[in-house]
Amino acid sequence: MTRPVKLACRHVWKIYGPHPERLLGNAPTLEAIRASGHVGAVRDVSLAVGEGEIFVIMGLSGSGKSTLVRCLSRLVEPTGGEILYDGEDLLKASPARMIEIRRHHMGMVFQHFALLPHLTVLENVAFPLEVQGLARAAREARAREVIGLVGLQGREGHFPRQLSGGQQQRVGIARSLAVEPDLWFLDEPFSALDPLIRREMQEEFLRIQKQLKKTIVFITHDFDEAIRLADHIAIMKDGALVQVASPEELVLAPADDYVRAFTAHVSRAKVITLGRIATKGVPAGVAGTLPAEARVETVAEQVVTAGRPFAVEREGAVIGHVTPQAVIDVLIGRGT
Amino acid sequence: MRLWPAIWAALAAAALALALWARLPAGWLWPPQAMHLPMAGWITAGMAWLTDTAAIGPVTFKDLTRGIAAVIEAPYDAARVLLVDGITEGKGRKATVLVPPLSWVAVTVAAVALGHYAKDLALGLLAGALMLYLAVFDQWDSAMVTLASIAIAVPLGVAGGLGLGIAAWRWRWVERVLSPVLDLMQTVPTFAYLVPVLVLFGFGPVSALLATVIYAMPPMVRVTLVALRAVPSEIVDFADMAGCTQTQRMRKVMLPVALPDLMVGVNQVIMLSLNMVIIASMIGAGGLGADVLASLRRLDIGGGIESGLAITALAIVLDRLGQALAAKAGGVRAAEGSWPRRHPRTVLVLAVILASGVLGLLVPAVQDWPKDWTVTTKPFWADLMEWINVKYYEQLEALRVWVLEHVMLPVKGFLLALPWPLVVGVATLAGWRLGGLRLAALAVALGLFLAATGLWEQAMITLYLCGVSVAIAMALGVPLGILAASSERAGKVIGTVVDTLQTLPSFVYLIPVVMLFRVGDFSAMIAVVLFALVPAVKYTAHGLRSVPEELVEAGVVSGATRWQILRKVRLPMAVPMILLGLNQTILLALSMLVITALVGTRDLGQEVYIALTKADVGRGLVAGLSVAAIAILADRLIGAAAKDAKARLEGGT
Repeated sequence: MTRPVKLACRHVWKIYGPHPERLLGNAPTLEAIRASGHVGAVRDVSLAVGEGEIFVIMGLSGSGKSTLVRCLSRLVEPTGGEILYDGEDLLKASPARMIEIRRHHMGMVFQHFALLPHLTVLENVAFPLEVQGLARAAREARAREVIGLVGLQGREGHFPRQLSGGQQQRVGIARSLAVEPDLWFLDEPFSALDPLIRREMQEEFLRIQKQLKKTIVFITHDFDEAIRLADHIAIMKDGALVQVASPEELVLAPADDYVRAFTAHVSRAKVITLGRIATKGVPAGVAGTLPAEARVETVAEQVVTAGRPFAVEREGAVIGHVTPQAVIDVLIGRGT
Repeated sequence: MRLWPAIWAALAAAALALALWARLPAGWLWPPQAMHLPMAGWITAGMAWLTDTAAIGPVTFKDLTRGIAAVIEAPYDAARVLLVDGITEGKGRKATVLVPPLSWVAVTVAAVALGHYAKDLALGLLAGALMLYLAVFDQWDSAMVTLASIAIAVPLGVAGGLGLGIAAWRWRWVERVLSPVLDLMQTVPTFAYLVPVLVLFGFGPVSALLATVIYAMPPMVRVTLVALRAVPSEIVDFADMAGCTQTQRMRKVMLPVALPDLMVGVNQVIMLSLNMVIIASMIGAGGLGADVLASLRRLDIGGGIESGLAITALAIVLDRLGQALAAKAGGVRAAEGSWPRRHPRTVLVLAVILASGVLGLLVPAVQDWPKDWTVTTKPFWADLMEWINVKYYEQLEALRVWVLEHVMLPVKGFLLALPWPLVVGVATLAGWRLGGLRLAALAVALGLFLAATGLWEQAMITLYLCGVSVAIAMALGVPLGILAASSERAGKVIGTVVDTLQTLPSFVYLIPVVMLFRVGDFSAMIAVVLFALVPAVKYTAHGLRSVPEELVEAGVVSGATRWQILRKVRLPMAVPMILLGLNQTILLALSMLVITALVGTRDLGQEVYIALTKADVGRGLVAGLSVAAIAILADRLIGAAAKDAKARLEGGT
């Protein structure tokens, strides 16, 4: 679980108002910012995103999550702090260097898709490559490749308005991947979609991520979505982080009542991993081996149907076993 | 809350009493001589300095104006070669045509093709038919001169407006500088533009073109700014995240995404250019405007109506084509394939141009519509007017006299009898009430400016004509708007009529009015009412239609009758929109009022008109700015009232 850090931010602030810089020096409280006629959109946020992980920033509307992700990509200029991408402070990068980084290392997916209405699907996906100055043939070949990846073959000549919302967001995803970024920002990518489509897109997203293993910062206001997708979740409130943890830790040990309000109704089986309920030693006659990261919900049927314990392994080493009883306990919410 | 109506009532009573009985000492009725500032003299002197001595290094201001004139003249000459003159050798009457201009066949086919491209065959046929109308009724040459001016003015106006709009979007300080300038430019009456241009650039088509471009540009600046701001912030973010440079972001993302909105601005530039090109005939634009002006001066009834109808035909063609192109912008693109395959209409038009050009050398009828085939309606119109004047003289005269005696003259007398401090005071009080200290300060400043011009009497006459016209326009327009909103069929009919009225250049309105009522305040009032009616109807209908359906349903469920729903739900909700319509009506009325100087009013417009005929920059600009002052004050006061009404409806701040 110890991944090298790809993107980190330290003590990042974004304060809107007449004289934001004057406030910064003495780490103002929320009340002090408000009293001076300013808005603290992001307050003293520090976090680290490991390479290849899905880092979800969860918060209700107005919590500052959207501003935070725009600070991370420097679409919004933070009032103070450091943003480190592979150790380089982005806030010190020149405009030319920033263009360079965005052209080759970053991709972003937007809540309302942000497709260019005057371009076809193919041209939209090829757009970031066109901006780089890539020749038409080369960029269109690459664009067709990513269009295939998101399952939109045959729609290359369509215009965005001729597509459904889910299809439009597939174009948005393909476009953000066209430049093969290492860092992938998704700003509430599925919030504007119907619940059924949302579910389907989440699965699609996990499939793509399994294949590409990008470093992902994913914004959502939907706690269930966060739980499903995240390796780590950061919960934001009033511009500040409340808790940063894995979904499992979040549910088992919420930091305060605010977090507890979200976690209270989450089914434990969705977040608890086999590693947590495994008991030491491996009895004779196990039915098979399962990974420690697997969530109980996903293997419950397999274990219960088998009626026998399974060995649990982490990174190739067996760490213990789970019994059908332990799985059932989690499912019915006993003991945890 | 009860206090304010009482205060207003008391003020009104006091004003009436003062007007009726008081004998005021001199200096109270109109601003005393001592207050006048010789602004006209300053401006004229400044202008003289500019034209005679101003220079940046070796480049004198005159060189600069000549340079600008040359830049505009070259494309204008090219457009004239294409549409009017052809390529000729020699000068004057002895000139021989080497290559003829585009034939009427070619232009008509091009209009059909453009209509078909922009929308459908029906539009193409309409455009073609109206062009044919111009040929048949012998208006072709004048119409082509006007079209050549528009063909040059529109690209210049669009490019200039786009550039300034982009700059204002990029840099806030540009917007801060531009915004008040644009406000002023849109309220200064058209004639006032002509005077300085006339002095700087002389009498001729280039001056006219320049005035047209300057006049038509401000809305494009605003539309550009609004269109760029309306690009979703996510799309701007996307452009940045894709690593666009500033130029790439503007060219590849912002402008294409904003294109449909920008086309609305282009359409406005087209229609304003047409309007101004007609008016600019006073400083040397030829074409249809010059024909109308000449007819008005000669009181040539038939000729005036013919030219007016030709302008109407041209206006409809330009407006419908412009709107269709705007609606099409950002739509599906042409098919794939080679250039001729993708542009079949362009190929067709080019072929027709060539063929008609060659054929025209053999058969002159293809090149120029033969004179023998033209139809003139002059006698018909003249007879019709005479018949009306003979048959209905008494009724028309009775109407005129009654309205003058019972409505117009009393209002005029009342306004002219008011002491000026009271007028300024009431405006200030209204400003304070509606918009706080800032608006009150603006009212004081503009009021004192009017007092200092020495044109108080003219300003009060302007106020009276404008006030009466606007009151009548609203009294007619609001019911029409209600009717348009209440039934689909009525809405369609009224909408078409109103849209057509709106496309007509202001000049055209003078023609029938003068024919029926001769010159004077009554004629001016009718022309202003006709011209200013459109926004009253449109905004009322729009305001009524955009009342949320839920509210209406709530009314129906409560058992309200149609009449009750209109009176208790729709109308109150539509008040802010109707106020905006009132605002537009006032602005249009003021701009038309200045043009009615041609039919002999005695207001600020007449001042501008006199200044124009004497090329007196100072006098023209001061009178023009006075109209602008009235317009700005009315705009701010009503704007504040509309905002107030809206805030109250939404229960907000």
